[in-house]
Amino acid sequence: MALLAFHNITKRFGSLTANDDISFSLDRGEVIALLGENGAGKTTLMNILYGHYTADKGYIEVDGQKLPAGQTDAAINAGIGMVHQHFTLAENLTVLENIMLGTESLWSLGQKRAPAKEKLAQMSEDYGLKVDPDARVAELSVGERQRVEILKALYRDARVLILDEPTAVLTPQEADSLFKTLKSLTKEGFAIIFISHKLHEILAISTRVEVLRRGKIVGSIETEKADRKLLAEMMVGRTVERPVLEQMETGKPIVELENVTVEDKSKDASGVPKLNKVSLTVHQHEIVGIAGVAGNGQSSLADLLSGLEKPDAGTFTLLGQEVTSASPADIVHRGVGRIPEDRHSSGVVGDMMLWENLISEDLRHAPVSKAGVLIDRKACLERANKLIDAFDIRCEGPEAETKLLSGGNMQKLILARALSPKPGFILANQPVRGLDEGAIAYVHEQLLAAKKRGAAVLLISEDLDELFALCDQIAVMYHGTLTQSYDAKTLTIAEVGLMMAGQQSKNTNHSEQPHTENSSHSETTNSGNEEHPHAN
Amino acid sequence: MQIEPREHIAPWRIALAPVAAVFVSLLIGSVLILWVGAPVLEAYVLLVKGAVGSSFALTETLTRSIPLIFTGLAATIAFRAKFYNIGAEGQLYCGALAATFFGTGLITLPPLLMIPFLMLVGALAGGAALAVPVMLKTHLKVDEVVTTLLLNFVILLFVGYFLEGPLKDPMSMGWPQAEPIIDEGLFPSLVDKSRLHFGFIFALIGSVLCWAMMRFTVWGYEIRAVGLNASAAKFAGINVNATVIRTALISGGFAGIAGVSEVAGLKGYLTLDISPGFGYTGIAVAMLAQLNPLAVVLSALFISMIYVGADSMSRAINIPTYIADVLVGLSVLSILVSVMLTRYRVRFR
Repeated sequence: MALLAFHNITKRFGSLTANDDISFSLDRGEVIALLGENGAGKTTLMNILYGHYTADKGYIEVDGQKLPAGQTDAAINAGIGMVHQHFTLAENLTVLENIMLGTESLWSLGQKRAPAKEKLAQMSEDYGLKVDPDARVAELSVGERQRVEILKALYRDARVLILDEPTAVLTPQEADSLFKTLKSLTKEGFAIIFISHKLHEILAISTRVEVLRRGKIVGSIETEKADRKLLAEMMVGRTVERPVLEQMETGKPIVELENVTVEDKSKDASGVPKLNKVSLTVHQHEIVGIAGVAGNGQSSLADLLSGLEKPDAGTFTLLGQEVTSASPADIVHRGVGRIPEDRHSSGVVGDMMLWENLISEDLRHAPVSKAGVLIDRKACLERANKLIDAFDIRCEGPEAETKLLSGGNMQKLILARALSPKPGFILANQPVRGLDEGAIAYVHEQLLAAKKRGAAVLLISEDLDELFALCDQIAVMYHGTLTQSYDAKTLTIAEVGLMMAGQQSKNTNHSEQPHTENSSHSETTNSGNEEHPHAN
Repeated sequence: MQIEPREHIAPWRIALAPVAAVFVSLLIGSVLILWVGAPVLEAYVLLVKGAVGSSFALTETLTRSIPLIFTGLAATIAFRAKFYNIGAEGQLYCGALAATFFGTGLITLPPLLMIPFLMLVGALAGGAALAVPVMLKTHLKVDEVVTTLLLNFVILLFVGYFLEGPLKDPMSMGWPQAEPIIDEGLFPSLVDKSRLHFGFIFALIGSVLCWAMMRFTVWGYEIRAVGLNASAAKFAGINVNATVIRTALISGGFAGIAGVSEVAGLKGYLTLDISPGFGYTGIAVAMLAQLNPLAVVLSALFISMIYVGADSMSRAINIPTYIADVLVGLSVLSILVSVMLTRYRVRFR
């Protein structure tokens, strides 16, 4: 009998069928990869399993017992454990307290401490998940926090673990160690559902792949028989062409950062600057990639280049002119096209119409407005129609509400706004996050086309595959410092991984020495040489 | 019970929401009327008659709506930018004070210039009253709800000082009131033998101007963008602080004009009781109008109808006038619920 079985799960939201007659089962020791583009229905299915939604049709069985619909408690009691993509830990509590919280009654937290600690130690030992139970979560690295999440699920006697995009926040090395843990768990008889859109991970960890497309299972394949190309095609439903990287002669420097420092002025600042003496040059006909684990200063770098943040020291030069204290509007008019990290929160105003979002960077200039006062609606609609055609934005028309667009189409709208004025510099911060393969290829084509016509492109990404596929030069961010830029052809993923974990340059092996007093700067690396005893 | 967003919102739902809200509030109100032991239907008939049943009642209702339209616009425009100006009451008094200061003989112009001049200085004074709270908000992130609300009481005491001191009318027999506005500054009457004055026309013009600004101008675009998603607005290069400050000044300006209109249009001189909370009621007006400047006129008319009608209803049968406050409060609550129901559907299982 299968440990977990989905039977004909169907869920509709209005006219949209998020899950359409989904059936599959999962045995002990299996790792099922749930593969699918954004909006394919993966999250909906897991929410039904976990009791957040109730299915319109169909049911779920655990060990042959029907799981009551819509009850999260029942799912947890049946042994379903969820490891969320965004951790649900209280930073100011210890590991042990976090694990007990929500599991044990609040009244007995005190007395249960000792047995809980024992159980936790036993679990750590059994499954090779090493964490200090008395460490405060705030002091843990991202990889360790994820281990705590897994332990939390195991502590509640989970038998089925659901991991939702677990590697999004990890370095390649941390991801490897996660995979080792998962493998040892499957040997113990756990079953795992692994949600991801990174094909190489799925190939590395899963035993079987269930491919979802538009709410339906379109394929189920033993991982041994699968390869990247096949999976990509199953997921998208057609052949996916990767853009070809074209080597070009670089031109004059467009963007130059020199020893830029941005202090952390937030209330709980740790004293570590958000950007620490960052230097960077991007030339014409060049794509420079910034690698790094999320939260190492990439947002600050992007804010700085977008004009949202002012440096405390150092200079920012654009096309030979210093723009250190320029406003976002200034930056835009000097020819910078910006693709923000978060489409919804800073890219568009969701409640405004499509044409309105297309003019937001150009409000006070003709033809958008007359004399900077009256908006010329007719001219704007005309322009919007042109851009909708040119960038293939699928929508009901320029007067549709922007929030109704799919992620890919919303990104196309932002590309249309940022790229149509043919900017000399393009700042692309996570431009394909959450997009499906088709939309990813489209965004990448646009960036490569911009490079070809002479633009300088800075691409910030957490996806090393993406960086290696597109970039001429790659530099790595760690704790606010930026390494020098390396020719992408001379780098390996492992080297970038080590630099993402704090190694200062790709050739030294002895840089992980905490508490060194030496803070001199080497001439060859552009990064500062701060040492941080606490990882993260 | 589950709440799910609707994919498509039918226009009839949006149009029907305020009507349903008014109906529901009258329904709940009828329970209270029953409680006092009065006949419900008769009470509501008396209320409507008292509000629109005669030309006197009608002009009274229209007159009462004038300050509510202005303060409603003040709240509408500020709330659109997510600047929660709760200080329209104080700004109204500032406008009234400015009109009194300049309009009681300090400056004399022909009426065609004098009236616009008084409205201008009133608007400036109302805007100035908001300058400090808005700067505190944009530069030091001080919550504007607290500062604007508390400033109301400061301003009221300030006006009280002027009425007892420098601006006190020596002919007032000791009452705390200012000298009357000179004839050139008084708003002409709209209907003979009624209190309805030209302020009503100004209010209508104000509402159309406000609507046109929101819809057709760069300023309006910026106000909407900042209110709906400030970080996207900032990213796109809109100066968020400048927009909030500008919005606050316009909002304070509308509230200031409400004060000018009460002094120069209705009473003729400033006292400490020219506004029975018009500034606060303006927030209810704006909410009921769903922050639409044109709908503010309808919503202000409805609310003034309730107040005027409830006055005469309570005189005829023994129901306290508080019923008006209750009905207005209920209608604001029910509009919030019905607006939510236009966007979401509730499923019971």
